[in-house]
Amino acid sequence: MRLGLVIDLDTCVGCHACAVACKQWNTSGTTGPLTDYRPYGADPSGVWFNRIRHYEVGDYPNSKTINFPMSCMHCEDADCVTVCPTGASYKRKEDGVVLVDQTKCMGCNYCSWACPYGARELDRESGTMKKCTLCIDRIYDETLAEIDRQPACVITCPAHARFFGDFDDPDSEVSRLVRERDGMQLMPELGYNPTNRYLPPRINTPIPTEDVRRDSLVGKVKEWVNKAVAR
Amino acid sequence: MHPALSVIFFTVVSGAGFGLYSLTAILQLFRLGPAMDRSELLSALITAFVLIVAGLISSTGHLANPKNAWRSFMRVKTSWLSREAVLAVIFFPFALLYLLGVYLYGAHVPVFFGLMGVIAIVLGFMTVFATGMIYACLKTMRQWNTPLVPANYLLMGLTLGALFHLAIEAYYGANLQFIIGVAGTALVMTGVMKGIYYFWIAKTSGPSINTATTFTRATVRLLDVGHTAGTFLTEEFGYRVEPGRLKLLKTAVFALGFILPLILIVVAGAADGGAFALTVFAVLSSLAGKGVERWLFFAEARHVVNLYHGAQHT
Ligand code: SF4
Ligand code: SF4
Repeated sequence: MRLGLVIDLDTCVGCHACAVACKQWNTSGTTGPLTDYRPYGADPSGVWFNRIRHYEVGDYPNSKTINFPMSCMHCEDADCVTVCPTGASYKRKEDGVVLVDQTKCMGCNYCSWACPYGARELDRESGTMKKCTLCIDRIYDETLAEIDRQPACVITCPAHARFFGDFDDPDSEVSRLVRERDGMQLMPELGYNPTNRYLPPRINTPIPTEDVRRDSLVGKVKEWVNKAVAR
Repeated sequence: MHPALSVIFFTVVSGAGFGLYSLTAILQLFRLGPAMDRSELLSALITAFVLIVAGLISSTGHLANPKNAWRSFMRVKTSWLSREAVLAVIFFPFALLYLLGVYLYGAHVPVFFGLMGVIAIVLGFMTVFATGMIYACLKTMRQWNTPLVPANYLLMGLTLGALFHLAIEAYYGANLQFIIGVAGTALVMTGVMKGIYYFWIAKTSGPSINTATTFTRATVRLLDVGHTAGTFLTEEFGYRVEPGRLKLLKTAVFALGFILPLILIVVAGAADGGAFALTVFAVLSSLAGKGVERWLFFAEARHVVNLYHGAQHT
C-alpha cells in the first residue's frame, strides 16, 4: 500500500478549512499537541501540519489565482528519514506513511533541513519534530464509520478538492484522478518521489460575454430603487 | 539558513582540534620536519583534545531535546550525522592510547602506540569528512550539495591545526621553517578552494518557483503566504543577508582567515624574536576569519522551501 493525497488545484478555493481541521484533529492526536505560541499576542505563531499559500500564475489579464495547500508528501525516497540520526523519523513499510516517533526525537532539525516541502516543524515546547501523520489514528480507527476513516483535511474540504487513497491500487480514486488529469509531483527534479499529487487546473473554454443581453430601462430603474431602499 | 552559533563554534573548533591532532601525529610518526620532544608533542596533542571536546560539547547546544542525544548513534547506516557522532566517539580510545604512548615514551613510541596513532589520524580525518557530508548530502540546499563542502571542511581543519601546531612550536622555540611551509601551503590551498566555492555558488541553478509549483509554462508570483506572523519555516530558512554586507563579510573571510595569518607567519619566520606572539595572532585572526566563513556558510545557504515563500530561484 502507498497511501497519500491528491489535491485538485482547480477546485481548491483557498479557505484554509483543511489546515484548521488538521490542527483541530491532530492537536489531540498521536503527535499532538500542535503547540501555539503567543496565541493572543501581536504575532501569534505555532505548529501546523498543513499550510495553504496563494500564487498568481501567468500575467494579467491572463492570470489565475492558485491556492496551494501543502503538507507532508509521504515521499517514496524521503531524505528526511535517511538523514535522521536517532531513527525517530521512519517510513512505514506497510503503507508508506512517514512518521516521527516523539519519544526518540532529539530536536536537531536535520530532517527539516532535508525536507524540500517545508512539511516538518519543530515544536519549541516539546523540543521534538512534528509533521503530518496522514491522520494515522483516524484512517485505521475501526470504531469509525468507513466513510470517516479518512484524513481530517479530506473530510472537511468544502470544495472537494482533496482525495485520499492507495496509489498502489490502479483502480483507486486517487490513481484514476492522477491518470485522467495528469497528476503532478512538486519539484520532481530533487528525486524525493513524493506520493501526494497535484491536479493542474482544467483548461476551460472561455464563456463568451458579448451576447449577454443589456438591461432594459425598467430593470435599471428597479435596480436603482433597490439600491436606494437598501440604503 | 539561520546560523546557529553553537554549530559554528563546534565545526570550527573541533575541526581545528582534529586537524591539530592528525597533523601532529603525522609529523611525529612519519618523522617529518624537525624532531619534537615529549613536552612539545604532549602540548600539541592535549590542546587538540581540549579543542575537540569543547567543540563536541557545544554541538549539543542546538538540540531542542538534548536528553535524546544518545540516540544519535543509532542510524549509522544512512545518516551522516550519526556517522559523525560515532566516528568522533571511536576516535577517542585510539587517540588516547597514542597520547599515552607519547606520555610514556616521548617521541619514540613503540609500534603498538604508533599504530594507534595512525588509526586515530584516519578516524580524525573521517570525522571531519563526515561533518562536511552532513551538509553536502542535502539536496535541498544547492550551496551545500557539492563535494567542495567536505573538501573545505577538511582543509579548514588542517589549516587551523597547522597554525595551532606552529604556535606551539614557536612557544618551545623550535625551528619553525618547516611548519611555516606547511601552514603557508595549507592557507593558500584553503583560500583558493574557498574562492572557487564562492565563485561556484554565485550563479543561480537548481529548482525554481516554477518547478516548485508545477507551473512551468507561466510566471508564478506569490500572492500571500497564508500566515500572519513568522513560522518555524520562515525563522529557520528565511534568513537573508543583504548583498552589501555579504561582500564585506567575504572580504573579512579572506583578510582575517588567510591573508593576515599568512603575513604574520612569514614575518614570524623571518623575525628574530616575538615569533610566539606573532603566531598566536595568526591563530586568533584565522579563527575569527573562519568563524565568519562558517557563519556565511549557513547564512548564504538558501533552502528550496523559500520558493514557496516567494523566492524565484534557490
Ligand atoms: S514531504 Fe518532507 S517530511 Fe514528508 S516525506 Fe517528503 S521529505 Fe519527508
Ligand atoms: S529532529 Fe528528530 S526526527 Fe528530525 S532528524 Fe533530528 S532526531 Fe530525527
